[in-house]
Amino acid sequence: MDKTITELHEELKNNHVTSQALVDEAIKKSHEVQEKCNAFVTILDDAKGSDVTDDLLSGIPFGIKDNYSTKGILSTGSSNTLKDYVPFFTATAIENLMSHGCIPVNKTCMDEFGMGGTGTTAHTGVQKNPWDPTRMTAGSSSGSAAAVAAGVYPFATASDSGDSIRKPAAYCGIVGYKPTYGMISRYGLFAYVSSLDTCGVMTRSVTDAAIVVDAMKGIDPKDMTSWDSSDIHLYQDLTKEVSGKKLFYIKEIVDKNHYTNLPRETEEHLDNFMKTIDIVRSLGIEVDEVSIDQDILNAIASTYVVLGCAEATSNMSNLTGFSFGPRGEGNSFQEIMKDHRTKGFSSLIKRRFVIGSYVLQTVNQERYFKNAQRARRLIVDTIKEQFKKYDGLIMPVGTGVAPKLDNTDRVTDDELTPLEEHLQIGNFGGFPSITIPNGFINNLPVGINITGNCYDDQNVLNIAYALESKMNYKNQIAKEVK
Amino acid sequence: MNEYYLTIGLEMHCEGSLTNSKVFSSGKNEYSDLPNCNVSPVDMGFPGVLPVLNKQALKHAIIMSLILHARIPEYMYFERKNYYYPDLPKGYQITQNPPEECVGNGGYIDIEREDGSTFRVEIDNFHLEEDAAQLTHLYDTSTINYNRAGNPLYELVTKPCLHSADDAVRFLEHIRSIYQYCGISEADSKKGHLRCDVNVSVSKDPNKLGTKVEIKNVNSFSSVRETILAESQRQIDLINAGKEAEIIQETRRWDEGTGTTIGMRDKVDAEDYKYFVEPNIPPYKLEASWIEEIKASIPKLPYERKNSYINDLGLSPYDANIIIKEKAISDYYDECIKLGIEAKSAANWLTVNILGYLNKEFQKIEDFFITPTMLKTILDKQKEGVISSKQAKDIFAEALEKHIDPKELISSDNMQLNDEETIRTIVKDILANNEANVTAYKNGKTNLFQFFVGNVMKETKGKANPSLTAKIVEEELNK
Repeated sequence: MDKTITELHEELKNNHVTSQALVDEAIKKSHEVQEKCNAFVTILDDAKGSDVTDDLLSGIPFGIKDNYSTKGILSTGSSNTLKDYVPFFTATAIENLMSHGCIPVNKTCMDEFGMGGTGTTAHTGVQKNPWDPTRMTAGSSSGSAAAVAAGVYPFATASDSGDSIRKPAAYCGIVGYKPTYGMISRYGLFAYVSSLDTCGVMTRSVTDAAIVVDAMKGIDPKDMTSWDSSDIHLYQDLTKEVSGKKLFYIKEIVDKNHYTNLPRETEEHLDNFMKTIDIVRSLGIEVDEVSIDQDILNAIASTYVVLGCAEATSNMSNLTGFSFGPRGEGNSFQEIMKDHRTKGFSSLIKRRFVIGSYVLQTVNQERYFKNAQRARRLIVDTIKEQFKKYDGLIMPVGTGVAPKLDNTDRVTDDELTPLEEHLQIGNFGGFPSITIPNGFINNLPVGINITGNCYDDQNVLNIAYALESKMNYKNQIAKEVK
Repeated sequence: MNEYYLTIGLEMHCEGSLTNSKVFSSGKNEYSDLPNCNVSPVDMGFPGVLPVLNKQALKHAIIMSLILHARIPEYMYFERKNYYYPDLPKGYQITQNPPEECVGNGGYIDIEREDGSTFRVEIDNFHLEEDAAQLTHLYDTSTINYNRAGNPLYELVTKPCLHSADDAVRFLEHIRSIYQYCGISEADSKKGHLRCDVNVSVSKDPNKLGTKVEIKNVNSFSSVRETILAESQRQIDLINAGKEAEIIQETRRWDEGTGTTIGMRDKVDAEDYKYFVEPNIPPYKLEASWIEEIKASIPKLPYERKNSYINDLGLSPYDANIIIKEKAISDYYDECIKLGIEAKSAANWLTVNILGYLNKEFQKIEDFFITPTMLKTILDKQKEGVISSKQAKDIFAEALEKHIDPKELISSDNMQLNDEETIRTIVKDILANNEANVTAYKNGKTNLFQFFVGNVMKETKGKANPSLTAKIVEEELNK
């Protein structure tokens, strides 16, 4: 199961292995990873192999993040409010995928409903990083990242509202691809921040990411924000020439001299980033340093908090325990609802609901919510201005390697916030954005991210593919660091 | 009352009962079916569902905006109105807010009174939203019927510009008929399609509004009238008693039992709905060509039909008003005219015999057995003199009762007696048998004339042609 989709397809076609054998291996591996990392809400022990066709995905096992609605299969969003919820409909993205003959073998853990970037808030407990179980995977697609990194299967679906695909990918040394907003239907994806939520995938290679998203995408009459991408063939056009393309990085975030108090690990991370930039240039790609207004960069994180909390509190108002979810106790509907929500949500979520309600209140809305919407527009316009000149933005992911779960190495310096949170730009603009591994610091993986303009997924993937081919981190499986 | 100036504003909700599916889901729009059988996952707010705007419902909303002379924005936006209630599965209602982003912003409509005078109602906004589920509270439990959840709901909000209960009801009746004429809603109060919130204030100064009191969920037009009368009287009584301060801006409800308005716990004003844009429905551009297409599709509206009935067909305004009140009745009438039934005769039959029957039997004209074609058969035979007007009515009643085509009932048995010789023989017999009366008649007791005619009718079981009979009686008496 440490192979790529195309390799597995080859073996299936040549009868070197059966689909059932792959499924059995994935299930066995799931239990090992569950033991070590706590990566799954559900393991589908009785999953069956399928017919092998000419479709690259046929017969291949995969994982589904637990915020995708799956008919007849427990779908909890890693929340106690849905701990026994078995949907009667399947998300469009999963239906699309499964029409290619691939087989789900588990549902992966996540931060409760996608909130929180640590992988520690699932109702089933803390998620551990397969490279080092004392470290986090980041979130929210924590289980998908860990499972793919650990070699359970070649891919798992995920979702991204701030950096929920792209940061865990970096911390787990794999590929995380968030396509343009609306390329993949959100119907059946549990809503967190509807205007930012994007379906995507975790893989170990750019090629696999292209194959899987080709299968997931498509306009959906059930999602008004979906768009027709039938003329985009990510996998088929992956090897197109990238020489002559132009990328930029943001000086204020990447330049070491910009920081007064830079941790050593982050310094190494930025040095490593610059080394990767040299590789990018060797591909014939021009890379420029661009200066962006610091105020704009400082606004990113707080804009995300305000918009995210506001939409989340509204989106999760359906969780009352009346028609689904455990019924609360009480003598009035208010009491029943309150009991359900008090017991069901973690304290982190409740805190975000309070913030969300506060920023949406009539008296506060102008100052917080409306201003956050304006800030979002400003940030997006600023980046789009650069996209007139450049094919994409290339940036380091986060401040370094996966932090310790016990927080002992946590750096909470405000000046590092833009470096930590800049991936949210991709969600504000709905931009296609991909993280690929670009090296190691202290034997732990770090990642680099490429983000392009809306609908320009092909270009972003082609550059990522070309860069990946020049580095040695393609298709790597987590090796536990002692 | 004269010294007080009454001001009324209305919020009229109308369920769009005539779309195929719900406003943001593919669930069937038919909430009177068995409870909870017309429900899609979207209507119950299951995790992961998304709204999809129903273009037919939007078209209906645009029709109303055009009729109301409202401004239609270039882009359609929807907002979430957030609040928790068991009848609201998602925890928010998708609606439109503020007025400038509603499908209809501002506007007006002119309403005609029965006496021919008119008044103008100013519109604040007209918007499209989704309905909630239906809650039924039983003794110790409550049930939820999601059939209604997500049905299209149109809300028309007027400015405070009405000044009498009668005008308020005239306005509501006219809007209801527009909904029906345009095929947007059956607008049937009995099915709960119509709900009104009524804002009432009284003031001594016609240039100043008094304190506004809102009465919510008034569900029939007659209740709207009673609500306005009761609430304005309550406010006047308070002012007269020197207790004007007790009139506060509040929400009350209409209590049918006592015929009074009752203050509600003031939950609504205290609630902050935290409106914000619905992110799942991208701004929807309303192409000018589509608006034009919709404009051209608007059918003839009640007043247009009324004017044509009065001016082209010579009906009285009274009859015309009755006929246009409901589209189905007006359609029936138009069909009669198309078939060539004489206009006044058709109006007479419709307003007297047909509506009389429908009202008595609580029937709808759509279910009425006698079609315009059948009615024409009866009236043609009457015109030809084959049957008398009394016979026409009898055949009408019999056809209705037995569900038999009147054609079958018009046989030789009950055809009108038109044979002059036969009638003359009968007349002669009657005169011969009533010599005393003949003498009295000739001596000046001319009202005995009807006595002779009546006897002929009796003798012929009403079949003798009445005018022919009268002519012959007169001839024989004057011999």
